[in-house]
Amino acid sequence: MDWLLRAGDDPVHKFLLMIIAIAMFVVVMALILFVVDRRRNPSKWFVAGGFVGPALVLLTAGLLYPAGGTIVNSFQNRNGSEFIGFDNYARAFSEPAFVLVLGNTALWVLVAPLLATFIGLVYAVVVDHSRFEKFAKALVFLPMAISMVGAGIIWRFVYEFKPDQPGIEQTGLLNQVIVWFGGQPVQFLLERPANTFLLMVVLIWIQTGFAMTLLSASIRAIPVDIVEAARLDGLSGFGMFWRITIPSIRPALVVVLTTIAMTTLKVFDIVRTMTAGRYGTSVVANEFYEQSFRQNNAGLGAALAVLLFIIVIPVIIYNVRQMRLAEEVR
Amino acid sequence: MATVTFDHATRVYPGTERPAVDQLNLEIEDGEFLVLVGPSGCGKSTSLRMLAGLEDVNGGHIFIGDRDVTDVQPKDRDIAMVFQNYALYPHMSVADNMGFALKIAGTPKAEIRQRVEEAAKILDLTEYLDRKPKALSGGQRQRVAMGRAIVRQPQVFLMDEPLSNLDAKLRVQTRTQIASLQRRLGVTTVYVTHDQTEALTMGDRIAVLNHGVLQQVGTPREMYDRPNNVFVAGFIGSPAMNIGTFDVKEGVVKVGSADVPLERSIASGMTDADSGKVTLGFRPEALDVVPVGTPGSFDVEVNLVEELGSDAFVYGTLKGDTDLNLTAGETNQLIVRIDPRSVPDKGDVIAVSIQAGHSHVFSATTGERLG
Repeated sequence: MDWLLRAGDDPVHKFLLMIIAIAMFVVVMALILFVVDRRRNPSKWFVAGGFVGPALVLLTAGLLYPAGGTIVNSFQNRNGSEFIGFDNYARAFSEPAFVLVLGNTALWVLVAPLLATFIGLVYAVVVDHSRFEKFAKALVFLPMAISMVGAGIIWRFVYEFKPDQPGIEQTGLLNQVIVWFGGQPVQFLLERPANTFLLMVVLIWIQTGFAMTLLSASIRAIPVDIVEAARLDGLSGFGMFWRITIPSIRPALVVVLTTIAMTTLKVFDIVRTMTAGRYGTSVVANEFYEQSFRQNNAGLGAALAVLLFIIVIPVIIYNVRQMRLAEEVR
Repeated sequence: MATVTFDHATRVYPGTERPAVDQLNLEIEDGEFLVLVGPSGCGKSTSLRMLAGLEDVNGGHIFIGDRDVTDVQPKDRDIAMVFQNYALYPHMSVADNMGFALKIAGTPKAEIRQRVEEAAKILDLTEYLDRKPKALSGGQRQRVAMGRAIVRQPQVFLMDEPLSNLDAKLRVQTRTQIASLQRRLGVTTVYVTHDQTEALTMGDRIAVLNHGVLQQVGTPREMYDRPNNVFVAGFIGSPAMNIGTFDVKEGVVKVGSADVPLERSIASGMTDADSGKVTLGFRPEALDVVPVGTPGSFDVEVNLVEELGSDAFVYGTLKGDTDLNLTAGETNQLIVRIDPRSVPDKGDVIAVSIQAGHSHVFSATTGERLG
């Protein structure tokens, strides 16, 4: 039994455990489905239970139970020994360091999705039907394939600072360009509030491709005859874009905006890898990690996690409603 | 109000050899309802889109009134178009859809509303003005598309198969509505359809196109009674005209066992290339059922009888026509209109003769009308 529960550092042991776990999962699922299949004339509820049941159990164990635990935790002190009511929340909203974190998150959610969507839209319109369309689209879409941690490290190099002294070469792309033009290198990631925006650039860099792809597809889906009718009605250029293209892709625009907003709310990797939340760049997701696992303040960390959860709910509701609307129009 | 003139108008799509519309010459009079008709791919829609300015003109000119509009922007041509799929703006209400062109042109709001309401009244759309197109039936959407054109008060209406998305019954009903509306408004109209019944019932004149080439222009009656060539003969009329190529011997056309006399003036139009053959066409109603053995009649074996109440049609095979060179439209059978009160059975043999003066003779090689 101990062999099954404690793998230690032995990789072979760990690997064996993984295989055993997967095998157990397959066996249990097979058993359940076998039982469902054996019954003649099973009731609807029995079949539904057989298929949905395991997923429900796993969701409860993996999501609902910890979520409940987190909510309870958020009303407790740093080691969970005592209930302290709303103190953690009060602290999150009153202590300047945490107010800054909330402010940063608000800034992220407002700026990053709007910019990523706007740039993606403009790019989609400009590149559409041009000769290099495929290449240009691939170029913007590629960052989507890079993990946020990877992107964070890449951009940390872009912003890298070395003091301007003889014999020292700039390793950061931006600073090297500045030096070439005869300027003084800048400590990009130290200056507040610009550094928060510089971190946003990374997310925008990644998400623009997503926005561009979806919006480009939905621009393509506008019926040709509607565009022709608009031409006959006297529209062209910007008028066509503003009065026909934008209203036609409105549902897609909202879905893109809210989807990026959700990603933005959860942004942790970029902040963690580039500044670790220092220099006033921390956001809620990073601070929740910081408090829970670094400062050992489980209560406050949980409160921040709950806050994040509450903020993201309306965005998701709006997102889902717009997706349904978009389906209805078609 | 204006005339429309196509002057050697040609459209060649990039990457193709054959022009989609080849040297189209067509004059449409002021207030006329002209129908462009032909099978799919014949260039009728392309011609209309050239007039609308949605398609480049690669050769020749197009005039609206006295104005050469060949290189004029669509919006400046003073035309309005009704699209096959209506092309309504889904995000705008019916009223906004109808008034959109005026809004873009900067017409005062009060005037737009007055004109939209007027058009809505004509088309019975008043109660739907605030709805979105999504909430309308197919027929209502079609009327909104018409309304959008009417509100602009253009010099020319262009209609691209506006009825093809309606069900059969509504199509017939809307057909007459559009025709009478056009007569009332008196606006020059160019109407595209692939349906020859629509063409015959709606148009003041019909222009038949095939492979991008204009075949014939004329009133429905002219097109029906005197088709210029085999294509028009076969295309206009429902059920289609019976057409076959037969030997000519001693001034008579040998149709099965019958000798159909050929007028001398017609026979003189034959050339050596025809090698003694002509193409003969006769409509189903130009055949009389006669007792078997009557001189000048030929025998038809009945394959099928189609009864329509007021009429009945026999689909049959010409006796002795082994290579089935006699066809009517899509079928390679002979069609005879008969008295619906005395209908033969399947497999019977009936004798029919062609009414004098009701046959059409075409050159066997060129397909052009002789005489």
